[in-house]
Amino acid sequence: MEKKTCLSLLVENNFGVLSRISGLFARRGYNIDSLTVGTTENAELSRITITVTGDDQILTQIKKQLNKLIDVITVIELKTDESIIRELVFIKVKADDTTRSQIVEIANMFRANIVDVSRESLVIEITGTRYKIEGFFEMVEPYGILEFVRSGDTGLQRGGKILSV
Amino acid sequence: MIPLLASKLILKCLERENVEFVFGYPGGALLPLYEAFRTSPIKHILVRNEQTAPHYASGYARESGRVGVCLATSGPGATNLVTGIATAYLDSIPIVAITGQVDRALIGTDAFQEADITGATAPFTKHSYLVQNAADIPRIIREAFHIASTGRPGPVLVDIPRDVQLENVKTGLTYDKVDIMGYKPNLNGHSGQIKRAIKKIKEAEKPIIYAGGGIVLGNAQKELLTFAEKNNIPVITSLMGIGAFPEDHPLYCGIVGSHGYKYSNVVMNGADLIINIGARMSNRATSHLTKFEKDTDFVHIDIDPAEIGKNMETSIPIVGDAKTVLAELIPKDTITDHATWLAEIETIRLDNPLVYDADPPCSDLINPKVLFRDMSEMTADNTTVVGDVGLNQIWSALYYRIIKNRRYFTSGGLGTMGYSIPAACGASFATLDKPKEIFIVCGDGSFQMSMGELGVIAEHQLNVNIILITNTKLGMVRQLQFDTYGKGHYSGTDINFDIDFMKLAEAYGIKSYKVDKNADFNKVLPEAIKHQGPTLIQCQVHPDFIRI
Repeated sequence: MEKKTCLSLLVENNFGVLSRISGLFARRGYNIDSLTVGTTENAELSRITITVTGDDQILTQIKKQLNKLIDVITVIELKTDESIIRELVFIKVKADDTTRSQIVEIANMFRANIVDVSRESLVIEITGTRYKIEGFFEMVEPYGILEFVRSGDTGLQRGGKILSV
Repeated sequence: MIPLLASKLILKCLERENVEFVFGYPGGALLPLYEAFRTSPIKHILVRNEQTAPHYASGYARESGRVGVCLATSGPGATNLVTGIATAYLDSIPIVAITGQVDRALIGTDAFQEADITGATAPFTKHSYLVQNAADIPRIIREAFHIASTGRPGPVLVDIPRDVQLENVKTGLTYDKVDIMGYKPNLNGHSGQIKRAIKKIKEAEKPIIYAGGGIVLGNAQKELLTFAEKNNIPVITSLMGIGAFPEDHPLYCGIVGSHGYKYSNVVMNGADLIINIGARMSNRATSHLTKFEKDTDFVHIDIDPAEIGKNMETSIPIVGDAKTVLAELIPKDTITDHATWLAEIETIRLDNPLVYDADPPCSDLINPKVLFRDMSEMTADNTTVVGDVGLNQIWSALYYRIIKNRRYFTSGGLGTMGYSIPAACGASFATLDKPKEIFIVCGDGSFQMSMGELGVIAEHQLNVNIILITNTKLGMVRQLQFDTYGKGHYSGTDINFDIDFMKLAEAYGIKSYKVDKNADFNKVLPEAIKHQGPTLIQCQVHPDFIRI
């Protein structure tokens, strides 16, 4: 059965590491839903969060193949109940004098921020789980979504556990 | 510390890795390195096309058990290495490929002879480096050799810009101990899994060991023999596993797969426990296996965790080195006799005998199966045979017996035509101080893919014997066309020119023979073996001889 899984990787900041990882997904035919990458507390390391879809056999293979890459130090699965997984989304919604306040109200309910206003549109910044964001999309859809951009999932394990070398 | 030119430092680093030979081809981006070669004890062997250089390194590595090194300039030189690197990757052969690159400032500008070789080879290198700072050279070269030769071996590429080679560095060879955060291969098997495996082995009524290239690469032949003999478990090999187990041993059960022996596939299908040691279970090996049902238990021992469960569901996974895990298994209390199973196998073997016969017109010329069977009797116990790709490969793999210290090399995973000549040359360079019989087996198709390398054979008077099987056809593809589309449906598989290979050999000063009868082959073979220096025996096989 196919399911979505969130993987968290600690990698060495070496030349080409990102292309090695994305290339692995491409050539082995794995589906990548999102990938985020950023620096860590250690300047030599980066942290990558990858969301993938596949059945158990494929997910096991993905983890093993990632672990095989020399630059990859650790791979863990971020389980929903033991981790915080969030995504940042900017949504540009059509808004005029008659609809603006309604959209702002919806944004407030979702604890989203209005980060840009013009005569015809609003840009809303929302952070949350996939489910929260889907819910928000549903609510603002009727007003007309002009465009949006999603950062992809990023996450951390809850509690004292840390991903280390 | 006196500053050292980076190009000299590179060669010093190679010396530290005990590199004797570098198989390469020069070019603009390697001028500094080639200038340094003039005064280095490392011998540079000029290959005749970069495409063969990784195969030389591969043959050298397989014969010597050390890392083979190849070298090519930037751009076309580097891209010419691609197939050879992929060949080594698929067969897990430890080689280091060094490439020249354009100056750092020119990278990304589509400069003359620029190619993104680390990018191009990423899917089939174990790892690669683009050296951006000459001070990193000692660490990178140490790591490259370490990564290539440890764990599951494989090719590592080091791309070095021309201007990096010209830097002066003060670091010296201070970097000794490799410490790569993300690379710590596991050698010992998990004790819990070993316990479970032992239980299964004790319970099994029809166990077989399926031995792959991991036994050969991991030098675990002795341990396998002890383990199999102690428990009376028959051994089947993959194509890459040829040489893992002596073929004259009563427990030997042949080669499995679409191009294996029929009886081996029947035996494998009848097993209730398969102990896979260092084999990938690739599609070619498993295509003729039907009975992998739930009642067949499957113990998989492999140094690469990603191989376990990749192609076949595994009941007991053991991640570890073949030699180490076998040494862990041997002392365990498992002694079993399996007399009934062995008797059943004997019946299967008798019911599915190897077929040597051929009908006219095929029988009018050389029978290649008989040729390799006879050759088994006439060659030394430490012979190395390098098979190319095609019918010649299957005939030599199936009918030349690998016993005692004999070795069989071929491009098993990628199936790269043109492998045999350069790989055998590499093996020959590895044995210059203790010459032995090395045979190249190729067809007229594969021979023509690498025949430029006759120049190297002649130049260095390498002691290799070429068994050239000619039928003016691309036999294996022709066989596939016949099997798929029927008689007469041949397309693009005729070599429509009957080359005078005797004249060609003569041009290179290589002693040559042409035979079209098995009896004549048997007459000239001892002569060719006795001859000091290279020889070529052209063996005429009928184009319609396409059975393996």
